[in-house]
Amino acid sequence: MAVSETKTAAPPSGLAEFWFYFSRNRGAVLGLVIFLVILCLAIAAPVVAPHSPTEQNRAVLLLPPAFAAGGQLTYLLGTDPVGRDILSRLIYGARFSLFIGLVVVSLSVVSGVLVGLIAGYFRGRIDTAIMRVMDIVLAFPSLLLALVLVAVLGPGLLNAMIAISLVNLPHFVRLTRASVMTERTKDYVIGSQVAGAGTMRLMFLTILPNCLAPLIVQATLAFSAAILDAAALGFLGMGAQPPTPEWGTMLAEAREFIQRAWWVVTFPGLAILITVLAINLMGDGLRDALDPKLKRS
Amino acid sequence: MPLLEIQNLTVEFPTISGLFRAVDGVSLTCDTGEILSIVGESGSGKSVSMLALMGLLPSNARITADRMAFDGKDLLSLSARQRRTVIGKDMAMIFQEPMSSLNPCFTVGYQLGETLRLHMGLNRAERRTRSIELLKFVGIPAPEDRLGNYPHQMSGGMSQRVMIAMALACNPKLLIADEPTTALDVTIQAQILELLVRLQRENGMALVLITHDMGVVAETAERVQVQYAGQKVEEQPVSGLFRDPHHPYTAALLASLPERAVIGERLPSIPGVVPGQHDRPEGCLFSPRCTFATDLCRREVHEQGPDFGRALCNYPLRIGIPMGHPTLSVALAGEDA
Amino acid sequence: MREAALGNSGMNGETSDKALGAPVLEGRDLARYYAISRGPFKPTATVRALNGVSFSLHSGRTLAVVGESGCGKSTLARLVTMIEDPTAGELLIDGKPARVGDRSLRSLVQIVFQNPYGSLNPRQKVGTILDEPLRINTKDDAATRRAKVEEMMQKVGLRPEHYDRYPHMFSGGQRQRIAIARALMLRPKVLVLDEPVSALDLSIQAQVLNLLMDLQKEMGLAYLFISHGLSVVRHIADDIMVMYLGRPVETGTSEAVFSDPQHPYTAALLSATPVANPQGRRQRIALQGELPSPLKPPSGCPFNPRCWRATDQCREIMPALAGDAAQQFACYHPLGEKAPSPPSA
Repeated sequence: MAVSETKTAAPPSGLAEFWFYFSRNRGAVLGLVIFLVILCLAIAAPVVAPHSPTEQNRAVLLLPPAFAAGGQLTYLLGTDPVGRDILSRLIYGARFSLFIGLVVVSLSVVSGVLVGLIAGYFRGRIDTAIMRVMDIVLAFPSLLLALVLVAVLGPGLLNAMIAISLVNLPHFVRLTRASVMTERTKDYVIGSQVAGAGTMRLMFLTILPNCLAPLIVQATLAFSAAILDAAALGFLGMGAQPPTPEWGTMLAEAREFIQRAWWVVTFPGLAILITVLAINLMGDGLRDALDPKLKRS
Repeated sequence: MPLLEIQNLTVEFPTISGLFRAVDGVSLTCDTGEILSIVGESGSGKSVSMLALMGLLPSNARITADRMAFDGKDLLSLSARQRRTVIGKDMAMIFQEPMSSLNPCFTVGYQLGETLRLHMGLNRAERRTRSIELLKFVGIPAPEDRLGNYPHQMSGGMSQRVMIAMALACNPKLLIADEPTTALDVTIQAQILELLVRLQRENGMALVLITHDMGVVAETAERVQVQYAGQKVEEQPVSGLFRDPHHPYTAALLASLPERAVIGERLPSIPGVVPGQHDRPEGCLFSPRCTFATDLCRREVHEQGPDFGRALCNYPLRIGIPMGHPTLSVALAGEDA
Repeated sequence: MREAALGNSGMNGETSDKALGAPVLEGRDLARYYAISRGPFKPTATVRALNGVSFSLHSGRTLAVVGESGCGKSTLARLVTMIEDPTAGELLIDGKPARVGDRSLRSLVQIVFQNPYGSLNPRQKVGTILDEPLRINTKDDAATRRAKVEEMMQKVGLRPEHYDRYPHMFSGGQRQRIAIARALMLRPKVLVLDEPVSALDLSIQAQVLNLLMDLQKEMGLAYLFISHGLSVVRHIADDIMVMYLGRPVETGTSEAVFSDPQHPYTAALLSATPVANPQGRRQRIALQGELPSPLKPPSGCPFNPRCWRATDQCREIMPALAGDAAQQFACYHPLGEKAPSPPSA
């Protein structure tokens, strides 16, 4: 008599479960909505923006926003000292910020995961060497280190992104290493090993997929940190160079007008704040949904 | 009046796909000086019902009961604060994982002393004397030295002894042991079970022993309550349960024990799995796996009287014969005669 | 009925004894030591996790390794599955010496773990899990592999529609079936079963044990069954090796060891195992104390601090395994009649 087990009713699918935990965090949903709006604006910038971001209208220098006294409806958020539309520049600036975030996160995740995987899988001397280097990187104030790197590489958006990626790297290395070390000794890995799986297969196909959840959360948070760092570098004149409508650079250009024209600094500042906040909220929600340690049964 | 009385206890947890009923109408009584064993597989609700009694479930659990009384006090009407004075003092619980039940940051002596200070209000010197006395009582050699130890310096068996000492610190009237030996080695398990039974006898406590191990039940309990998928399916004195189980689940479970089978032969196994949240059948919860199930069982199920161990079954077994079964009862009885 | 069955099993035992041939797995004086760092300023300590273990296992037979935590049974599993090399001694698989990295012998020994919740990759579908061993070790094309996977799924009692499901959708018993199927994909000759049923529910244990017995009969597998549960071992094992602190203290046929244990530790283990019979409540052999630290094993017989028959001789010199073909034990003061004459001083 062969015993066959009776049906297993399908429990809720992975995606439904993810959404259940994610949507329980209201802030996360709000963050997601705001992020999607910003993303759409960035993609559709040429269509949405009322003006070209670089077009200078000499007739309207430092025009206040439309809702303030003396404002014009054509320039909703006013103009900057050389007569460019701030709203348009912000919308185009979103492209740069999101692009920076994406490139920085991709760079640091790919290299960080690779290095962390090697350290956590092989342990021993390689591990010690890698981790000491990471400790040294972590010992520098991150912005200062980025500044030094940019100073060496030369100012510019690309170099700023490389510098920020390098500064972000240790976080990913440590996180990956820790998860790999816990997964490495689990039975399913040993099972694969007994079945004859080689080092590469074990590292990338068996262990890595099980380490992704905390990495996704960290990547989200690094995304917002990258935007912030890029803005800071831009503000210090080491990041994107004018006339690029990058938010940090916009702030830097408008520094001297803080007293006379509040809108020139307020709106880029608000744009940075809202974007970073939205992404951080989203990251919290992701953590709730993906991190099993915090998951309520 | 029994020391502990629970009637029709139901515990539900909200989940993504609706309420999950972990305990379904369980009733239970336990007298002073008695060892009651609750036996069941995972998902039978045996631990959850006791955690509900102790007030240790997360706040989103919905607990309803017709009656929940301990030592003459109605627990349902007590406030959380009043309940806490009873729990830990008159009612104590020990858990499966002794290593994780002790706080790794503090010494054994400190943790024992904390219990004594909270519930007994003893001063420093008294606490130390009593701690040593308790550790000696649960069979820990050189208790004076052990007081300064941290949990990681002790083995699983030692940790479980310390947990028992902590539970006994206030001379409880009821001790609930939730799988106290499952994580321990066989020879250590024997020591701990022996200790629990000795303490129960010497202190005149009531002991509720939650376990999944039929061997542990047979060797320690006096009265046994079998649970399946959150329901109580049978209740009997231990000798009766092993000699003549009335519920088909109990009978099948006992039959599937390797030690009761012919060596090397196939074991009589129960097909299927315990129903989960998503495949709870109508009527009798055991009906999809039961050899005697009829259409009536798939619709509804009745509880039998004390003669049949209050078995939750339409055709309770007597010496293996389903009584009142439309087809099998007659056939088997005829064969017997 | 009972008698007939007993007679049958007795006959089986005789016939298989005659037709044994060469062992498919053999350990010769296996040892495995680990160096443990105890801090920066102390010398590293050596833990002798396994010491002087010899055994042989034939096709279609089950050797049970029994002992409590720290007895070395998990280490033995790591050696046999070629995850680690022995520090000393020799491991022969199918008559050939085995070393880590030897791919030709790799597929002959596979393992099933205790906890089916940890032994299946949560990110892989059942089909992928079962396919992986074939993908790594064979040159079969996708269709052939799929056919083999489905054949194996049917063999262990899984349904074809389970192919595309993830492990978390299954109960413990079904997961253990998946784990068994994975281990059998490469048609191994030896299966290491590391407490395969102790994490399962009682009503599921019997299902899985039946499956294992069926598969053994059908595929002629040799089982190395690691367990601390004696009732399961008694049911399934042909031979038994009782271990204590990394050393075998008693070995022999299941029948001999269970009916007439010679080593005091075996007797204590048997007596401590709870029996599901309330009428049979009996006086247990109450062992004093706990397992000594493997960092500081006692001199002489490792069991002497807990043994009620220990003498000075036991505390000084380690007894060697001795006895006849059916039963061997390492004790100066065995319990039964089979005592070897004490060596003169």
